[in-house]
Amino acid sequence: KMASGQQWVLVEMVQAFYEAPAYHLILEGILILWIIRLLFSKTYKLQERSDLTEKEKEELIEEWQPEPLVPPVSKDHPSLNYDPNTKLNLSIVCGLPTSHKIVVNGKECINFASFNFLGLLDNERVKKRALSSLKKYGVGTCGPRGFYGTFDVHLELEDRLAKFMRTEEAIIYSYGFATIASAIPAYSKRGDIVFVDEAACFAIQKGLQASRSFIKYFKHNDMEDLERLLKDQEVEDQKNPRKARVIRRFIVVEGLYINTGDICPLPELVKLKYRYKVRIFLEESLSFGVLGDHGRGVTEHFGVNIDDIDLISANMENALASIGGFCCGRSFVIDHQRLSGQGYCFSASLPPMLAAAAIEALNIMEEDPEIFTILREKCSCVHRALQGIPGLKVVGESFTPALHLQLETSTGSRDSDMKTLRTIVEYCMNRRVALTQARYLDKEEKFLPPPTIRVVVTVEQTDEEINMAASLIREAALAILK
Amino acid sequence: LQSLVIKAVFDLLKHSHVHALLISLHWLPIANHVTCNGALYNRPFSESFEETPMLVAVLTYMGYGILTLFGYLRDFLREWKIEKCHVAQEREEQRDFVPLYQDFENFYTRNLYMRIRDSWNRPICSVPGAKMDLVERVSHDYNWTFEYTGKVIKDVINMGSYNYLGFAENMGYCADAAADVTMKYGIGVSSTRQEMGNLDKHEELEMLVAKFLGVEASMVFGMGFATNSMNIPALTGKGCLILSDELNHASLVLGARLSGSTIRVFKHNNMQSLEKLLRDAIVHGQPRTHRPWKKILIVVEGIYSMEGSVVRLPEVIALKKKYKAYLYLDEAHSIGALGPRGRGVLDYFGLDPEDVDVLMGTFTKSFGAAGGYIGGKKELIDYLRAQSHSAVYATSMSSPVAEQIITSMKCIMGEDGTTIGRERIQQLAENTTYFRRRLREMGFIIYGNNDSPVVPVMLYMPAKIGAFGREMLKRNIGVVVVGFPATPIIESRARFCVSAAHTKEMLDVALSAISEVGDLLQMKYSKYRALPSQDWPSDETSYEGTGNQGTRSPM
Repeated sequence: KMASGQQWVLVEMVQAFYEAPAYHLILEGILILWIIRLLFSKTYKLQERSDLTEKEKEELIEEWQPEPLVPPVSKDHPSLNYDPNTKLNLSIVCGLPTSHKIVVNGKECINFASFNFLGLLDNERVKKRALSSLKKYGVGTCGPRGFYGTFDVHLELEDRLAKFMRTEEAIIYSYGFATIASAIPAYSKRGDIVFVDEAACFAIQKGLQASRSFIKYFKHNDMEDLERLLKDQEVEDQKNPRKARVIRRFIVVEGLYINTGDICPLPELVKLKYRYKVRIFLEESLSFGVLGDHGRGVTEHFGVNIDDIDLISANMENALASIGGFCCGRSFVIDHQRLSGQGYCFSASLPPMLAAAAIEALNIMEEDPEIFTILREKCSCVHRALQGIPGLKVVGESFTPALHLQLETSTGSRDSDMKTLRTIVEYCMNRRVALTQARYLDKEEKFLPPPTIRVVVTVEQTDEEINMAASLIREAALAILK
Repeated sequence: LQSLVIKAVFDLLKHSHVHALLISLHWLPIANHVTCNGALYNRPFSESFEETPMLVAVLTYMGYGILTLFGYLRDFLREWKIEKCHVAQEREEQRDFVPLYQDFENFYTRNLYMRIRDSWNRPICSVPGAKMDLVERVSHDYNWTFEYTGKVIKDVINMGSYNYLGFAENMGYCADAAADVTMKYGIGVSSTRQEMGNLDKHEELEMLVAKFLGVEASMVFGMGFATNSMNIPALTGKGCLILSDELNHASLVLGARLSGSTIRVFKHNNMQSLEKLLRDAIVHGQPRTHRPWKKILIVVEGIYSMEGSVVRLPEVIALKKKYKAYLYLDEAHSIGALGPRGRGVLDYFGLDPEDVDVLMGTFTKSFGAAGGYIGGKKELIDYLRAQSHSAVYATSMSSPVAEQIITSMKCIMGEDGTTIGRERIQQLAENTTYFRRRLREMGFIIYGNNDSPVVPVMLYMPAKIGAFGREMLKRNIGVVVVGFPATPIIESRARFCVSAAHTKEMLDVALSAISEVGDLLQMKYSKYRALPSQDWPSDETSYEGTGNQGTRSPM
């Protein structure tokens, strides 16, 4: 029945075709042709092409003048070599020793500049261990970890670090800077959100940039500001819950901030973590091997359960006085970097002798936890001794081993502040106390810290040396800051 | 994963298309690209990338297809707890967090990589020299975990380390000097170059590197990867254009990305592609605003470590001059390994170092140390001393590592008063030619330049990646195998790195093992098997006739 019905419709159509007037058919025919033309013609013009002739192109190429590859650097930039007769410029550390006492530009100074907190830089045991490793493995590894660049020493060091920190797993990098800078983009991708402290160090900034995630800066150590951002995000999430289910969120903070000498309020951060379900990445380059009774860092300092921190990263270049860096945490988190950490996968592995040195440094730290108490005492001693210098204020906690001295009143321009501080550093350097200004790339920093002199505390500094240095700085300040 | 499959299908289509083209053109003598700009070259430039045989390509895709299906099946079984799941799990307290990894992200790792994971990260416990000792490990759960047996696999012939000139040594001139410096200076520095970490050793090294390269000045950095990723951002920025070879190393890609410049990619070592980008860039200027580019930086490598190809440097330099672009040359693999004096790809082509604006390289490979350098005009280096991210924020190089570089470099330059360096350079060149020739004679498809010590041998199929690695280790030879994502999905390969430390005997042992495994795994794919030369007994499956090597780039 259906079929016959359809047939009937068809017959009717044919009939209608016959009966239609000629003009109607012609009109429809034209319309059909028009549609076909529309279908096959380009619907838009591919941009108004300027269609340059070859000659014009050649002229354009001829005319184009690039900027010079690099702009000239002013001759008195502190990074360029110094003139011994006139002024100190870049300090050249020459000859021996290079640790507690250091020969700078031919003068032996007491070192208040290198991050050699535990004085392991010229430790005999560390050197001997490195030497025996050198005798076994040579210097270089000649390959990345994947391709015969994994040495038994690396596995041992990773194991030791994990045990020391009481985490499941640790992974080592061959460069301190590359550690956190590779770790962040291994997890946080485009579309994810990272909450970062404004004072975060440069390595973190670069890691964030490589991750291409949304970056939200909160005011330095201001938990209310952080919570405000987290709340905003919560509101945002409610608008689009489907999207919210796949956006990863991270808080990235430093244990002790290298730029300010402050400690992060970790217990509050952990509370926020669980309240807003955000993961915490903690950079501990300055606090590892410094804070806590056993040198495990900020988590030990505050008594925070280390499993509550998703990832801890630190370099082995400060307290451990070797080279490289490591991340530690749960295997669920850390193992991912073995295929996704760029600085891990695509770089030659750490020379075994440097790994061996780090192992020996760990041995020393484990055998003698007393060293951390001594360091803490030295820190507060330095902190106290530097108080009340006219014109200079101490920035940083009393237990931080890397303090900053900042001008109480700025002269108004960064350049002249820098020059003033440089004069103080030179004054001290001439009188055998090695200090350094904290150096930054002014144009690259997200939030450029104010100019400061950095004072680094190590366990090797005696009370006399500390007092001598402090009174020298006071003397310099009195002479220079009028 | 879907995108992966789509890409695979697309690749297949593209591939068959190209293949059909090749067949149709096959009767034509295939023009070697050398002839195009032959006048620029002072030596024959022969590189080959033989086409993947059609059947092999199809079988490879099928292999991946089966693996993928199996992967889904096993994921399904794991989901329903029928199969034990070995993947580390999120902790209970954080189960309601946004998952740290998307499920599909690790599909490849879980289901493909895990099967053959034993071919990578093999721990070693000796010098990574011509022979090495491996720590034996076994897995009782199909590679999810490894157990160390406590035994050592002794004297494995090392065809994997980048020990081109054999300076990975634990005794002799270099190691002794490094040992002295260790005891004198210690290991670490604990400060940056701009603060308190500018040692006289660094200055000494930098002068030597500049002399070695034949440039005005140089600067050294503690890590090769970081030399790229932390210095390119100092050189270019917004409004600048970076033209990057599609096969550039991850560190160059990262550096380019961190610089904030616009990045455009040209086809691997393809000068037409590069010239077109250069022309278009200058003619059209920046996108939207059409302002002229501030500067254009061409970024290339000397030897490409996965292809074994050598950059067409004379042509790149000609283009760079014609279009007033700057040139950044990464000699990570070529420094020490190429050229009659071991000065890298410039030396190889007999070019003037002045013509390259930024000379970069690493010390990891030929020098048996660690770190990287940048060499060039004094203004460039002065600028980097002030503005390099590495100089300001990263701890400077360890002294014994610097000493290893100083001594090995002096040795290469003959400044140690011996001819050891020169002999090693010669030995490496001979070993390279010999090794490549023999592999071709056996009928393997090998990629790259005839003079490149990096020798990729094509495996194609995913199952052969693991099989080749294991079979070679059974024969006491350590090789590197690589697959997706380090290579295109169907171009899995084994990569050999020839070293000056390899003796002819070692190479012969390795070659006969490779041939044996090649037969076992049916890897001798080449259609153009070279006629064996006199000193080599003819292969039982010898293929008659010589053929021109198909070149990939002109297509």
